[in-house]
Amino acid sequence: MKVDLTTPLKDEDLAKLKIGDEVLLSGIIYSARDAAHKRMIEALDRGRTLPFDVKGQVIYYMGPSPARPGQVIGSAGPTTSGRMDAYAPRLMEIGLKGMIGKGMRSQSVIEAMKKYQCVYFGATGGVGALISKSIKSAKVIAYEDLGAEAIYELIVENFPLIVINDVLGNDLYREGIEKYKQGGKIAN
Amino acid sequence: MRRISCAKVAKTVANLCQEANLFLPSDVLASLNYAASREVSPLGQAALSQILENNKIAAEEKIPICQDCGTAVVFLEMGNEVRIISGNLFDAVNEGVRQGYKDGYLRKSLCHPLTRKNTGDNTPAVIHLYMVPGDKLKIIVCPKGGGAENMSRLAMLSPSVGKDGIKKFVIGTVEQAGFNSCPPIVVGVGIGGGTFERAAFLAKKALLRSTNTPNTDGELNLLEYELYSAINKLGMGPAGLGGSRTALAVFIGMEPCHIASLPVAVNINCHAARHKEAIL
Repeated sequence: MKVDLTTPLKDEDLAKLKIGDEVLLSGIIYSARDAAHKRMIEALDRGRTLPFDVKGQVIYYMGPSPARPGQVIGSAGPTTSGRMDAYAPRLMEIGLKGMIGKGMRSQSVIEAMKKYQCVYFGATGGVGALISKSIKSAKVIAYEDLGAEAIYELIVENFPLIVINDVLGNDLYREGIEKYKQGGKIAN
Repeated sequence: MRRISCAKVAKTVANLCQEANLFLPSDVLASLNYAASREVSPLGQAALSQILENNKIAAEEKIPICQDCGTAVVFLEMGNEVRIISGNLFDAVNEGVRQGYKDGYLRKSLCHPLTRKNTGDNTPAVIHLYMVPGDKLKIIVCPKGGGAENMSRLAMLSPSVGKDGIKKFVIGTVEQAGFNSCPPIVVGVGIGGGTFERAAFLAKKALLRSTNTPNTDGELNLLEYELYSAINKLGMGPAGLGGSRTALAVFIGMEPCHIASLPVAVNINCHAARHKEAIL
């Protein structure tokens, strides 16, 4: 199914999404990767507020290349999401509704997505030039000293995504392998 | 003796860093087009279309193919009759990387392993230098992204496991890597090499081969084909969304090893299998 979604996301939007759905996402999203996640969790541990209110929001696991003069952003594709698994459930607990990245999530993250109603979207890895075309504005809002790992507020239009994990705990990656694996065991 | 200046080396490396990050080699593009013509899954097809479109945009608009502009892995094939003047060769390569990543608006991705502080200029480069006959210096820059590199593995296998054991290790590594390493991937395999680090080097160097050239060793050529077929039966497909095209190519490099050992290294490259060379 093809779905148009606009942030912030509501539970009723997410309830309709199924793995394999092709989503075009528009609105404000926030970039954060390894170093920014570490800092956000440290801030929560100290009882501080985060640089942005995560309620209903979507985090994009991405650190862009620098923009050339006249460009909004450089190449801006997803990084491997698994590295954020240690931090993601804590953010879902306080209202995060969507994550964008590439690669598999751990079982504990998938369980947290069911519990807190959050969806994991896959963006195609290695197509950062193409994705940059969906980004209409980019502004660093926190942790500027981290360079490419700073938190950016991004305004996106029709960012092409696929639902990898829905709120029911389904997993497109596992299903894909079951569907397309040929000949069972191949190596002895 | 032929003299080549460090300034010339630095300038060449700087250009290669920029070009490699914008223009995918034509053989890799051809392999991606072939994969697109054979992929059976609709989502896999869509991912391949995006990948092909991305490469077009990168080249036309000078936006790097991937935001991960990689660690700069630099191979130097130096002729015996070449003399480097006006400085140190490795410093010149690092200066080239520094300039190339700055001028090319490429992401600087290297950091201190413990503090995680970025070095700021994408240095140090990883440099592999070897001597060859002649009076030329061949420089190959291979920007290597972290996602696929993280999924690479090395095993010191028991010689008793033989070819089947090698296959099992390679396929198992790809199965683990699958979704994270931006398939369809290029798989570099290093078999043997006297010691631990040599196998890793052989795997890395194997990634430089053109996807349209066979292995010159018939036995390895067959092994490459068997691995390629087996990997494409795993079902992960483009972007891991399910499908029949998980690998674009498998390349093997092999050298003799110790009688007690069977080192095997698997170095995975994402579909953005970037490398660019120049001969001075």
